[in-house]
Amino acid sequence: MHKFLIRSFVSSLVLLFTLTVAAVAKDVKAAFVYIGPTGDHGWTYQHDVGRKAVEAAGFKTTYVEGVPESADAERVLRQLANSGHDVIFTTSFGYMNPTNKVAKEFPNVKFEHATGYKREHPNVSTYAARFYEGRTILGTIAGTMTKSNVIGYVASFPIPEVIRGINSFTLAAQKVNPNIKTKIVWAFTWYDPGKEAEAAKALIDQGADVIAQHTDSTAIVQMAEKAGVYAFGQASDMDKFAPKAVLTSVENNWGPYYVDRVKAVANGTWSQKDTWHGIGDGMVVISDLDSQMPADLRSKVKKLQADLASGKVHSFTGPIYDQKGNLMVAEGKTADDGMLAGMMTYVKGVEGDIPK
Amino acid sequence: MIIDINFIGLIIASIMASAVPLILASCGELITERSGVLNLGVEGMMIIGAISGFALMTVTGSLIIAVFGAMLAGVLISTIFAFLTQTLITNHVATGLALTIFGIGISAMIGKNFVGIPGKEFPVLFQGLKDTIPLLGPILFGHSIVFYFAFALPFITSYFLKKTKIGLIVRAVGDSPESASNQGINVKLVRYACILYGGAMSGLAGAYLSMIYTPQWIENMTGGRGWIALALVVFSTWNPIKILIGAMIFGGLTIIQFHMQAIGVRIPVQFLTALPYIVTIIVLVVISRDSRKIRLSTPSSLGKSFHKDN
Repeated sequence: MHKFLIRSFVSSLVLLFTLTVAAVAKDVKAAFVYIGPTGDHGWTYQHDVGRKAVEAAGFKTTYVEGVPESADAERVLRQLANSGHDVIFTTSFGYMNPTNKVAKEFPNVKFEHATGYKREHPNVSTYAARFYEGRTILGTIAGTMTKSNVIGYVASFPIPEVIRGINSFTLAAQKVNPNIKTKIVWAFTWYDPGKEAEAAKALIDQGADVIAQHTDSTAIVQMAEKAGVYAFGQASDMDKFAPKAVLTSVENNWGPYYVDRVKAVANGTWSQKDTWHGIGDGMVVISDLDSQMPADLRSKVKKLQADLASGKVHSFTGPIYDQKGNLMVAEGKTADDGMLAGMMTYVKGVEGDIPK
Repeated sequence: MIIDINFIGLIIASIMASAVPLILASCGELITERSGVLNLGVEGMMIIGAISGFALMTVTGSLIIAVFGAMLAGVLISTIFAFLTQTLITNHVATGLALTIFGIGISAMIGKNFVGIPGKEFPVLFQGLKDTIPLLGPILFGHSIVFYFAFALPFITSYFLKKTKIGLIVRAVGDSPESASNQGINVKLVRYACILYGGAMSGLAGAYLSMIYTPQWIENMTGGRGWIALALVVFSTWNPIKILIGAMIFGGLTIIQFHMQAIGVRIPVQFLTALPYIVTIIVLVVISRDSRKIRLSTPSSLGKSFHKDN
């Protein structure tokens, strides 16, 4: 009996030791939770490109796609946290509360929530991209390239992200061409190629000769190509879908951030952060500028890009008025992040009302 | 805004183009339902057609192989449904729903490697004649072969059901499989054929979306059009000509509400986006309110399994 006790004690010590060594030497594993399918060629697709960059940097990754922003999200998160993942990226706004809730239960797992603002526990960070900076560039190009002075804009849902984009685009377009009119059509979908194409067609039939989009599929640029008008790629470089129509694209580039954060977890240097990166940090990337654009416009855009990157130019520089003429941002001031994050009013010059 | 006659022609042409997948899938499902089989798998068969067409076009480079391949894919997946419901006598509703879920899943799996690849240009007919006649030019000319086929299909279907012997057999099987069977008709064979035909048409509708209308592949790209096609069959009271009307109203209002938004009509956008659904149902209910005619055209054995005991 005595012998047996010693033996089991020793063996459990050995076992414990092995386990500890295994835990220390264990690779960092990252998990990604997606709202849509990786095959959407838009939002989720770009996050998955970022995940592949993490994989290429030598880390193990897993992902779960099509996770609803409901109690299901909590279940998925708990499962991922339980199955040995060290850092979990939740890539949609609606995961905000589930992420914070599950983070409380797993203090040793790091959580990274995209586009949210709640960091209730020290193991939750948030990150987002300043896509509106890209739209300042698109607006500048659209305002210069339009001949009909009618610019079409296919929008998805009335949320601050989209309103901010419309405002930033319109402000920039009006700056180079005060006569332009931005016609906005709400498709109420993030991706439905048929519907997006129909929305773009309606705008083109009504005289728009440049089409901007805040929906994900390539249907709009293809429609623009067919109709012989200009368009801009969304989320990824869409030039190959419509070589004549696409003047440039605004790309979502999550890879560098993801690699950074996973490395930080591996090195033990991870700490809570709120990241909002734009062109300057490379989270928002402007694709090649099409040669159909006049050379002086291209150099102007390059300079604007550099100035946005350095912070010399801000997309929302006063004076900015809302549609009713109330001052939103005073002369010489720029909109602060709080205002940008909650932006739900159109600036002066945008036509129509925000759908309630 | 310029409202000239060509502008109206352009709008009508885009309405017709958006109605094509609905007409194809509805007319296919109509034949299936007329034989007494309720196949709720239209969305699944459509998405299978969409990925098959796109994948074959990308891999083989041949549009003809792609279009017929998509129809064949629709036939193959509907064979599963036919085998389950006709040979194994499973419940139509449950099997059809399973078919849709299966189709969406498997198309996503096959489609993984086809995301982000541009489609090919699909040839259009009579492009040169487009500008020769005002208004009618853009409506009649410059469309793909599938477009013309879709607009002929309701009339062909109507003729088939009313005037041909096989059409009468299909209707007999749908109305009373027992009597048809007693007359020596092979009910199972007829139903198998009608299910496979429905699959082919749904496959073609999907291929139209991924190859002609918006040449690309992304997951779930049919966006619920299969369900709308199903609803059109019921609300048109199994009448192919009314399917055509319903599809045009639905496609028309979707496009017109975008135009209204762009013009700046002050109506809540949510109401505008709901409009196609509401108006299509109202119109079809109103034009189909003759209850005697409904009884005549409704397949009495719809959704009921038939099993010959002997």
